[in-house]
Amino acid sequence: MVQLTLPKNSRMKTGKTWPKPEGATNVRKFQIYRWSPDDDENPTIDTYFLDMDKCGPMVLDALIKIKNEIDPTLTFRRSCREGICGSCAMNIDGGNTLACIFGLDEVKSKVVKIYPLPHMPVVRDLIPDLTHFYAQHASIMPWLETKTNRPANEWRQSIEDRKKLDGLYECVMCASCSTSCPSYWWNGDRYLGPAALLHAYRWIIDSRDEATPERLDQLEDPFKLYRCHTIMNCAKTCPKGLNPAKAISSIKQMMVERTV
Amino acid sequence: MADVNRGNRPLSPFVLGKDYRFQLNSVTSILTRITGNALVVEAFLIAWWLMAAATGPEYFATADFVITSWIGDIILLFSTLGLWYHALAGVRHLLWDNGYCLDMETSDKLGWGMLIGSVILTIITIIFV
Repeated sequence: MVQLTLPKNSRMKTGKTWPKPEGATNVRKFQIYRWSPDDDENPTIDTYFLDMDKCGPMVLDALIKIKNEIDPTLTFRRSCREGICGSCAMNIDGGNTLACIFGLDEVKSKVVKIYPLPHMPVVRDLIPDLTHFYAQHASIMPWLETKTNRPANEWRQSIEDRKKLDGLYECVMCASCSTSCPSYWWNGDRYLGPAALLHAYRWIIDSRDEATPERLDQLEDPFKLYRCHTIMNCAKTCPKGLNPAKAISSIKQMMVERTV
Repeated sequence: MADVNRGNRPLSPFVLGKDYRFQLNSVTSILTRITGNALVVEAFLIAWWLMAAATGPEYFATADFVITSWIGDIILLFSTLGLWYHALAGVRHLLWDNGYCLDMETSDKLGWGMLIGSVILTIITIIFV
């Protein structure tokens, strides 16, 4: 269902404002979403100030600096700090991206606003519950399905067929795209969302996979696939520069081709 | 996705424009929806006008007075704009559904084309109608 406002328990209140660093000349303001499961309070927006002359270039550098030097209770996921693990996906300056590869100089607003990925249940602070998102990924059978006998060595693939996987296999499952999609916000319980559908297409188009008809059968559903209305928020936001909208369109075309 | 919200977890902020930046692609998409729904209402209005004409001269005079009043003019002007916009959006959807113009840059260009094109086509309509 179309939902335009946050439920009562999710509305943000003004939180704590932490002191400015002393003697700093190049100070930037950060507004960060906070919520703790330990009390019954609503989420708050806390304000932090950082000396940008002593801060690394990326948004993740700023978050780690806050956690190390100002407020050790600030909670977020991070791991590889080079855009390959997909852990630090969050809503930065009104768009979803990976904090580790998004530069503080790329933040258009003066104040750096950092929220968790949109329209997700919050576990704590910047950490969304991705259980449902992962379950949807698992539901599209993200593995090679074969019927013929296993070859003596590896499953062979031509260079041309391998090229069809470019722009698909690079996905790091950070959930930026799915949580940027208004269709996913409002029908995410039944609509698979751009990430899972991009992965679905990655296996449909794989020349070695032998379950294409079954995969298409599974997606032939008014919600799973066809809640995509080509809004393109997914392609706009993908921190890896991939285009889930195009992958979804390709699945829709295959659906038409097999019935015609 | 409130149904997977175990415990009393809050829903993270998502409101378009406020928490999630408006972008050309999302704005043009929403406008397609809005114009589509508005055109349904407009279709009823035109049908009422035509049915009034079929009913009789007196009833038609009332309907015609409403439709050709300044308020009716404004409604029909915006309906024309909406019609052109929705038609151009339909063309973009046809291109997309055939696998064309799905890269971000081209679809944004088409988005501007829809916004500017619908205004130009409306002006042309005013001049010639």
